[in-house]
This record gives sequence, structure tokens and C-alpha cells, in this order.
Amino acid sequence: MFADYMVNAWDVATIVAIVAPVVGFFVVLRGSAFVAHAVPEAAFAGAAGASLIGLNTVVGLGVFSLGASLSIGLLGRRGRHDVVTALALVLMLGMGSLFLSWSTEYAPEIYSLLFGEVLGVSSNEIGITALLGALCLAAVAALYRPLLLTSVVPEIAAARGIRNHRIDMAFLAIVALATTTAVPVVGALLMFSLMIGPPAAARCITDEPLRTMALSVGIALATVWASIAAAYQTDWPIGFFVTAFAFVGYALAHVLRWAREGYARIRARKPLPGGSAA
Amino acid sequence: MGGVVNAVFAPGFFHSDPVRTALIAGAIVALVSGAVGVITVLRGQSFAGHALSALGTLGGSAAFLVGVSPLWGFLTSGVVVAGAMEAVGTQRRRGRDVATGLVLSTALGLSALLLYFDTIANSTTGVTITILFGSLFAISGITVPAMILLSLVCLAVLALLYRPLLLSSVSAELAAARGIPVRALGLAFLLLMALSAALSSVAVGTILSTALLIGPAATALRLTRRPAMAMAVAGAIGVISTWAGIVLAYDSYHWAPAGKGWPVSFFVVAVIFTLYLVADLGTRLQAARARDRRTGSPAAAQPLATVRSS
Repeated sequence: MFADYMVNAWDVATIVAIVAPVVGFFVVLRGSAFVAHAVPEAAFAGAAGASLIGLNTVVGLGVFSLGASLSIGLLGRRGRHDVVTALALVLMLGMGSLFLSWSTEYAPEIYSLLFGEVLGVSSNEIGITALLGALCLAAVAALYRPLLLTSVVPEIAAARGIRNHRIDMAFLAIVALATTTAVPVVGALLMFSLMIGPPAAARCITDEPLRTMALSVGIALATVWASIAAAYQTDWPIGFFVTAFAFVGYALAHVLRWAREGYARIRARKPLPGGSAA
Repeated sequence: MGGVVNAVFAPGFFHSDPVRTALIAGAIVALVSGAVGVITVLRGQSFAGHALSALGTLGGSAAFLVGVSPLWGFLTSGVVVAGAMEAVGTQRRRGRDVATGLVLSTALGLSALLLYFDTIANSTTGVTITILFGSLFAISGITVPAMILLSLVCLAVLALLYRPLLLSSVSAELAAARGIPVRALGLAFLLLMALSAALSSVAVGTILSTALLIGPAATALRLTRRPAMAMAVAGAIGVISTWAGIVLAYDSYHWAPAGKGWPVSFFVVAVIFTLYLVADLGTRLQAARARDRRTGSPAAAQPLATVRSS
């Protein structure tokens, strides 16, 4: 399981599991799950196109995901972009199916683009992934405060002179960047379960933003590592395990919150002295 | 005249059985999707609509594994998933998005597994592409009667629920005050969406059926504000785009680069997207011109005015 050819997989998966939930925290906070779902699928068309003309997949992924997220931002009206998102998504997927019909690529490779193939990662891709991931984290760190403010209380952000639209565009670009990092590993269809699942679970447990982010990175790392191990043992597609474990994590977090609320209610009924056990 | 007709419709177009089936099935699907789509767009449930159709992948791959027609797989999984989404989802808009996303990703993960089993069991690897991207030309004539029946059911239920649905879409509070069971209505609508998604998944594949659901409806709502009118316009736009897609795909057998025909689904989606862009640009220019007339500076709108006439 830790043989030479698996080392790359562990490295890349770890990078992805750090980047995706940090971006995903804002995705959940802003309620833009649909965009986070659409951009990776659009990137899939880019990957198909790049393989058609013999370019590196990462280039295709980057160009298409950036193009999709920027056009979603530009065509959307007053921050509402669900219709435009749906349309951009299907247009990109349509182009993806066109490129696929032209190419002579074997079906398994398409399948791995859609559903992920950790074992296919080569050493020189790790460098690009790490670079893009670092860029993504730096962008989030630089925009941390305005992003948080526009996500939670857009009115106050506007009153403070923050341009909501510009932050929105910057955020979409960050999502595109994260997509480019992660799609080769977990696949276009499943990338966003890593973005949504861990942050949604972490938000059930804590409210403080930085702690939520740290917690969701922890959950994502556990999910990804367990998935690689399970996929290695069973030979089943890794995408299945990533989504299943992400969902289990979310369900567990819900149960935990429910239990804690119940405990707090009982304690409120008969006041006890002493510290908080939460 | 005859030359033009021959250039547009390649020889043998109207005598081919797959083409005839595709024309009929495409029209049915487009009409139903247009009507359901208008309400979907009005309720802001594009994501749920997309999720329901993408989740058809789960049913489609399961049906392939068992060996029944994919239509029934799409249908069953749609109904189950609609129920799951209603159970997990909350009434708040943001919570709803995350709940939809989680159900969607989990089910996609499951379908990844099922597709993997499909490829192992049949040693044919084309299944993934057939289920995901579909092809109008591949519909067998046997499924058409079932499709007609299902779409009639869908339209009848929609007509029955039309007024309460519209009211609860515009204002849930008002509908609740009138004694309409808003939550049950929401579930009923999710089921309707699942039904129409199943139909269009057969036609253009699970991940592109969103195009037929959202595209024509969004275009129609740019052109008219009256819901019933918008449904009719959306149906018409859907039928036109599907048929145009079929004609183009049939012609493309002689095009570069491969000489084996471009996918129908691509053409359908491309036509729908172009129509939406034109309608959107038109209304934006109209709004800009109205604003200019009010402020009295028509010069700003001048250079763009030519685009609108296209």
C-alpha cells in the first residue's frame, strides 16, 4: 500500500484534502454549492479538449474552469446565478461530449476523469498540484476578511465599501483554481463532495470560522486517506469511497450536534456547578 | 428551393427510422421539460433539477446492471432521491443547497461504483458514455409509448397543481395562509421534476438533461412574464432546439474531423444556449435603452443596437 507507485497518490491526495475544504468552507457559507458542482464538471470538458490536441490536462482544466466560473459571474444577475450556472454547466458538458466523440481516447480514461484515478498521478504533476494549491491558499488568506464579511452579511460589507461583485468574481476564480488542483485526483463529478462534505460537517460542530476550517481539513484528510486505503484493498473506484466517507462524516457530525443539544437541554433543566464539558 | 432543402436535410433524413423516433421522442421530452422547467426556474430550484437528472445516472447504471430499460432506472432513482432530498433538506435556501449537494455527491459516488461493476460484468466500456451523455438516435421504438404515457401523466399532474404551485413559488407565506400544504406541494413538485428528468435523461443523457429543463424555460421567462405563456414558449423553444439538433447531427456525418457524426446532445445544448444568450442580450439592451430614454442620453445605447436585431 505504501509502495513507490503509491507515494504520489498519497502526496497529491493530501494536498487536495487541504485545499478543497478551505475553499469549500466559503462555498458552504455563501450557499454556492451549485457553482462548486458546475465548475469541476465544466473543467472536464477542458481536460477532454486538451487530450484531443495533445496538451497537458492541467492546462485544459485550468482554462475551462476559469472560463466557466468567470462567465457565470459575469452573466449572473445581482448575485443570483443558478440559471446561468445550469446553462454554463450543460454547455461545457456538451462540448466535453463533442471532444470525446472526436478523440480516440479509451473509455476507461474518460471514466477516470469523471470519477477520479489516484493511481494515475505522475511525479511531475505533483509539483504543479502543490504550486496551484499553495496559490489557492494564499488567495484565500489574502481575501479572508472581505470574503467572510460578504458571505455572512453582504449589506454591511457593501456599507463598508467592499464591492460585493468583485469579491464574488475573485471567489469564483479561487473555486476554479481549486478545481484545477483537485480534478485529476478525485474526478470531475466527485471533487465537490470534498468541498461540501467536510465543511458542512465541521459547521455542525463549531461556529468559529478558523476552527471550522481546521476541523474540515482534518475531516477531509481522514476521508481521503481512508478512501485510498479502501480503494487499494478492494480495487473499487476511489470516488465511491470519497463520497461515501464524506457523507458518513456529515451524518456523524449531525448526530453529535443533536446529542450535544440534547445534553445541553438536560443540563439546563437541572443546573449543575462546574466547567463546561462541551 | 429544392437545393436548399437538400442542403439542410441530408438525403434520406425523413426515411430513416431512428430519425423519426428521435424527432417524436425529442418533441415529447421538450414539451414536458419546458412546462416543468418554467416552474423550476420560478422557484429557483435549478440545482435540485440538475441533481435529480444527474442522479438518474445511479438508476441508469443500476438498470443496466440488472438488464431492464434505463427509463425505469431513471424513474425509480429519481423518485427515491426526491424523497431523500426532501428528508435531508431544510426550508432555508442556503441549507437546501448544501443538502442537495450532499445527496447528489453521495449518489454520484454510488453510480461510480455501479458503472464500474457494469464495465466488469459486460466488458463493454461504452456504458458510462451512453448513460451520461445519451443519444436521441439510440432510443428504441419500444420505449416511445411508455414515454408518451409518462409525459401525459406529468402534464396532467402539472395542470392539476398549477395554481397552488404558482402561488407557493411566488410567496410561500401567502400560500400557507390560504391553507395550501406547502411542504407536501414541494415534495409533489420534486417528484414531477424527477419524472421529467427521467424522460429527458433517455433523450440527451443524465448530465445534459438539465439543458432541456432550464434552458428553454429561462429563455421564455426573459421574453414573457406570464407563466402559462412562458410554458408554451418554453415548449416551442425546446422542440425547435431538439429538432435543429437532430438535423445538424444528421448532417454532421459528413463533417470534419472524424466523419462519424457529432453527438446530438452537443447540438441540442448549443442551440439552447445560443437562444438564451440572444434573449438575455435582447432584454438587457431593452432595459438599457429604457433607462437611457428616462435620463435622456440615447447615445450610449447606439453602438449596441445593431446586435439586438440579430
